[in-house]
Amino acid sequence: MLDVSNLTVDLPTPAGTLHAVRGIDFTVKQGETFCIVGESGSGKSLTSLALMGLLPKGAARRADRLAFKEQDLLSLREHRMADLRGNRMAMIFQEPMTSLNPVHTVGGQLEEALLRHQPVSRKEARERAVHLLDRVGVPAPASRLRQFPHELSGGLRQRVMIAMALMCGPDLLIADEPTTALDVSIQAQILRLLRDLQDEFHMGLILVTHDLSVVARVADRVAVMYAGNFVETGPVHEIFRRPRHPYTQGLMNCIPAPGKTPPGGRLGAIAGIVPSLVGTITGCAFRNRCPFAFDDCAHGRIDLAHIGEKHHSRCLLPERQAAANAGRPELWQAEEAHVEALHQPWEKRDARPGEPVLTLDAVSQTFKVRRAMFQAKIPLHAVNEVNLDIREGEVLGLVGESGCGKSTLAKILLGLIEPTSGQVLFDGEPMHSHGRKFIARHIQPVFQDPYSALNPRKTVGFIIGQPLMVHGLAGRAEVERRVKELIDLVGLPQRVFNSLPNQLSGGQRQRVAIARALIMRPKVIICDEPTSALDVSVQSQILNLLLDLQREFSLTYLLISHNLAVVQHMAHRVAVMYLGRLVEVTNRANLFQDPRHPYTQALLDSALTPDPDAGVPDPKLGSLPPNPLDPPPGCAFHPRCPKAMEHCRTQMPRTIDDKAGRVECHLHDQTAPISIANKRARISAA
Amino acid sequence: MSATPQDDKNLPDFGAALSEPSAGQMLRRRVFGHTGLVIGGTILLIIALMALLAPLIAPHDPYAHNLANRLVPPIWHDWFYDDPRATWTHIFGTDHQGRDYLSRIIYGARISLLIGFSAAIISGVIGCTLGLVAGYYGGRVDMVVNFIITTRLAMPVILVALAVVALMGSSLTIVVLVLGFLLWDQFAVVMRTLAMQMREFDFVTSAQALGCSPRYIIMREILPNVLNALLVVMTIEMANAILLEAALSFLGLGVQPPLPSWGLMLSQAKDEIFFDPWMITIPGLALLMLVLAINLIGDGLRDVTSPEGRS
Repeated sequence: MLDVSNLTVDLPTPAGTLHAVRGIDFTVKQGETFCIVGESGSGKSLTSLALMGLLPKGAARRADRLAFKEQDLLSLREHRMADLRGNRMAMIFQEPMTSLNPVHTVGGQLEEALLRHQPVSRKEARERAVHLLDRVGVPAPASRLRQFPHELSGGLRQRVMIAMALMCGPDLLIADEPTTALDVSIQAQILRLLRDLQDEFHMGLILVTHDLSVVARVADRVAVMYAGNFVETGPVHEIFRRPRHPYTQGLMNCIPAPGKTPPGGRLGAIAGIVPSLVGTITGCAFRNRCPFAFDDCAHGRIDLAHIGEKHHSRCLLPERQAAANAGRPELWQAEEAHVEALHQPWEKRDARPGEPVLTLDAVSQTFKVRRAMFQAKIPLHAVNEVNLDIREGEVLGLVGESGCGKSTLAKILLGLIEPTSGQVLFDGEPMHSHGRKFIARHIQPVFQDPYSALNPRKTVGFIIGQPLMVHGLAGRAEVERRVKELIDLVGLPQRVFNSLPNQLSGGQRQRVAIARALIMRPKVIICDEPTSALDVSVQSQILNLLLDLQREFSLTYLLISHNLAVVQHMAHRVAVMYLGRLVEVTNRANLFQDPRHPYTQALLDSALTPDPDAGVPDPKLGSLPPNPLDPPPGCAFHPRCPKAMEHCRTQMPRTIDDKAGRVECHLHDQTAPISIANKRARISAA
Repeated sequence: MSATPQDDKNLPDFGAALSEPSAGQMLRRRVFGHTGLVIGGTILLIIALMALLAPLIAPHDPYAHNLANRLVPPIWHDWFYDDPRATWTHIFGTDHQGRDYLSRIIYGARISLLIGFSAAIISGVIGCTLGLVAGYYGGRVDMVVNFIITTRLAMPVILVALAVVALMGSSLTIVVLVLGFLLWDQFAVVMRTLAMQMREFDFVTSAQALGCSPRYIIMREILPNVLNALLVVMTIEMANAILLEAALSFLGLGVQPPLPSWGLMLSQAKDEIFFDPWMITIPGLALLMLVLAINLIGDGLRDVTSPEGRS
């Protein structure tokens, strides 16, 4: 249906012409899912934009052949292309918050998509819109038509986007990172939905993503993209079972996969960075990062070689060696051993490992929110009676959907806000009465987005040393010496000292952020999604670094993440948060093998692992999270709970604390009033 | 530097950064490649040099009057109308008191620049303080500052300036202060918006978590990131102040004679507009050139400091 041959995209930049896509070939058949997977800067998004003819101004698209249903797109005039776009081929973008026009109603935008292309009446268009909204799982579809995009949550907006793309019944759907901005629970729903709709409408689907787990679950065929070119293409099972290209093998070793990498063990990493795409690349683009590169890799043009049934790899390594390399993850672990003795040793702690360093005692944070002008303010319980110990030298994972209060909790622990009630004890003493500087000395943050965490106008040396200067802990020379020690410690080259953040890559910036957090030698580091803005190969390096530092200096981490695979890899204990409450706290083994709270079970079911046999999970968390301004009575989870019982609707569950951990659920409460039906439910739950 | 955000994230690696021109070189290249900025900069430089070196380059004393030599036309009247009175002694001619017009224009540049700079700096300090504080703190503080800004925006500048000058009498100092205290609204509005954006960045949160004082965060973390916008607003307000001074002087409520202000010269020349139109043309052109130059610089700075803002 779609036939692409030797597609190139060039972008003019001040430094020269950037060859973002360098001659790729592929076809997509009807009803097939073709995944393009690659890291940022690999050219995958520009490929999808080039297909739609939506490249940024100045970008040049060239191809030997670009045909959609035997129609040549290269010679098509812009207005004819516009007839095709949104009609026969449609696209879903990553960012549901900005892809809908905020001043038009949802219904207006949906109907417009159909009225633009097909001779139908507005009434028919409206019926189609309602039908599709219902089909994509938007509750109460007819009433949604009059709503504006800001009245919908992120997950709903993404569904509306999908419905809009489907209005004309396209033959080809291009989805660019359709689930990246969403929670795991919603991600599973959207992927399931795409899969079902594809079967129903018999569309071709091109899915562009960086997430190997998504690829494994939905793809029929996969193309791995690196530096503007496909380095390996093949059926999904082949790619995941027998990856042949070193880059694909490296990526597979970077993702923490349960059962493959031991928890807390070193993850594989791909050293180095993507080469500059300005100018031509001779030989293999990956050779400077490849542990198997040999002399021939530097010369000539390397073509995609046929290595198996429909399986191609752009590599000169002999097939037998490539196959052997796939089974040796240790080849990817030759990472820097950077933790050396510091000039001044880390202070030895009096406390024994395992003692609580931070204790949260019924901590609550309530914000007053006005729902609309002139209405009375109502309380929003962002954090609701949280009791938690964070023990010396442990990694405590904190998971939950967005909006559950994770970040508010982090802010309380950093001393940025004082809890409305309850208190936080640091080494047994109330922390907030000591003031921010005291807290800063012992608890430091590492934020999610390394682009926002470093002041773009300050040098790296200043940024890392700033805590010492603000606290007046050291003179200028001493600060500089300690900064240089830490630059070494986090594995950065000394020359970054005078660089500005925009001269560093994302991974390097995150290392700077970690160095800054460590310079005052705190006890506790609060990592708020420390790797979710990073590429897979960089994520594994940062996780390795965090674990090395944690062991070396017996640091305590609170690791906030929505990526359950990362939490499973890193954390000793895990706390699960739902609508401001901790619903389950237990150690890693218990949580991942035997989750007790239905919410934890549902989260684990939605989480994707890179297993091509598992298919798209059936999401159990059917409805969307309730409005935190108006939490349901009884157990807040009961409207979404598959095992909800009669009294879940009315009674708050007690906290059950036993040797298997802590859980807040009626199913596990032996003393709760029990009907026969409940008893049955409890037995089946056990 | 590259065209898409994705590329921006991964591409500027060290190897590339070392071979590419440094940030300073790139900035210099952009500054000198910007036609408007170069033209504006050149004109402003000439006018500023003129003002600084006025005693050295002015051919006559700007205050020396000679009633026998009134209303001498400029030199080009000799070329085009064969007017025998136009000579090289008074290139731009003399005014109705027989003072050398060129010297008065040269000295007038001092007044205009002095007023432009001082008013822009005073209003910049007021506006920045209000805007940054409002944007950083938000909530009640923001409401109060917003009220002050709205109040200020509701006042017609010229009328208030007239009232103040009428009450307090007029002098150079009064004009500078009046303009300085009236023109801060743009600064406040722009700085408030930018501070609200900067506040969301994690480096601000990180500084808060360190226990930095709000003063430190505003001055050391936020201000360096909004300096480029500040410069742009400053040029706009400078041009604005220069024009307002001219307007006030024209109305007789600004700089007082015999100080050689361009606005005052315009005012005095208006009586002769039908007989000696050159008298009003020369200071008018001078004013136009200065304001144009400053505006060109403002536009140029905006383009140069934010590469994506350039068309």
